[in-house]
Amino acid sequence: MADTKEMKKALFGPILDSNPIALHVLGICSALAITTKLETALVMSLALTAVTAFSSLFISLIRNQIPSSVRIIIQMTIIASLVIVVDQVLKAYSYEISKQLSVFVGLIITNCIVMGRAEAYAMKSPPLMSFLDGIGNGLGYSFILIVIGTIKELAGFGTILGFEILPLVTNGGWYQGNGLLILPFSSFFLIGGMIWFIRTIRPEQVEPKE
Amino acid sequence: MSAKKETLGKTVGVVVAVCLVCSIIVSGAAVGLRELQQANAALDRQSNILAAAGLLGEAKTKKEIGIVYDARVVERFVNLATGEYVANPAEGELKPYDMYGRVSKAPETSTKAEGSPAGFSRRANVASIFLIKDEVGVVSRIILPVHGSGLWDLMFGFLALDSDGHTIRELIFYQHKETPGLGGEIQNPEWQAKWNGKQLFSNGDVAIEVNKGDNRDDQYAVDALSGATLTSNGVENTLQYWAGDNGYGNYLKKQSWKS
Repeated sequence: MADTKEMKKALFGPILDSNPIALHVLGICSALAITTKLETALVMSLALTAVTAFSSLFISLIRNQIPSSVRIIIQMTIIASLVIVVDQVLKAYSYEISKQLSVFVGLIITNCIVMGRAEAYAMKSPPLMSFLDGIGNGLGYSFILIVIGTIKELAGFGTILGFEILPLVTNGGWYQGNGLLILPFSSFFLIGGMIWFIRTIRPEQVEPKE
Repeated sequence: MSAKKETLGKTVGVVVAVCLVCSIIVSGAAVGLRELQQANAALDRQSNILAAAGLLGEAKTKKEIGIVYDARVVERFVNLATGEYVANPAEGELKPYDMYGRVSKAPETSTKAEGSPAGFSRRANVASIFLIKDEVGVVSRIILPVHGSGLWDLMFGFLALDSDGHTIRELIFYQHKETPGLGGEIQNPEWQAKWNGKQLFSNGDVAIEVNKGDNRDDQYAVDALSGATLTSNGVENTLQYWAGDNGYGNYLKKQSWKS
């Protein structure tokens, strides 16, 4: 059984040391699309963390039974089922947000982080560690999404979680909303900036020159 | 990893078992949560109708929305070709009538919207409209569901008219996929407020427009959204289709809500 130190590493390591977005550059598509407002970014983070954690747990539980010729399909089946459950729960308990997230909850199925952790970690690790690893990678994803969501909502709409921080010109204030930062592709700049930042404080992540 | 002990039987067995368990979980979640979801969808629709009616201020909590809705809103069904009221087409069925559901596709319950710039190919023959009554039971607003394509996808909204049948009070889009900050500004309360008092018809013809410039004094035009020309055109096409004879034109001419 894993000791506490190892568990901590699985849980908190992916936030800075092996962040799925910043280091592995996985799961970019959803990080681009749903970070326009912090609220949707938060819900998406929760949904992805839940799916990654539980898919890793279940795949790890049956990892010795999965025939390797069909392992990807079995992983997909489990992930897809969990995503549908998450989507149904969202529709039942937070209808407004599920309308805003629309297609992106369904697209968790194709999020490389979930598949990546299932294939790379859960297939060869015990259930508890896989579960923690899933939560950890979810947290790493959430960390990036929350930072980007905050910057985009503040710069684009002058609000954070819907509360007005910078009064917009259109509402009689002084702040001219930055239209560029509302659009999905502006996350490229922000994610690039964060990768730069993380690699500056963690120089060991810099890839050697070819 | 387990050793090489793969046989065809085992592979098929594992796949079937996984699929079985997953399908039980998925269908369990779908069935178990269906009631809550339907309640949410109904509540969402009611609050949008109340917003178009200008009554949302009176209903703060979820419970009040249902109470105000029941007291003030009457749903009627209109045959768009004749403009006459008809009985609820979904009478006796389990689900409430949905003019955007299957009836808008089936040939026997829908009409081709050929040449329509509003961006859809068929619409239902019967539309469900909402009459808002004031405290003494007189119709004060008529709420007409409208939809048409914006930049990315169809936009669904409610057009609220005064009881004269041609003065716009509200235009609310409750479902759309327009770009946030640009076309998404069709949900901005400031832009929505610009519709209040505009006229749909001039001498019996559809006259409402969305165009550039300052239209404060023009009773037939509303400012287009800057940076969202295609969304603005979509709104204009939507209103022109639905106010015309293929839409609610015949119904609005009859003014049968007054009797």
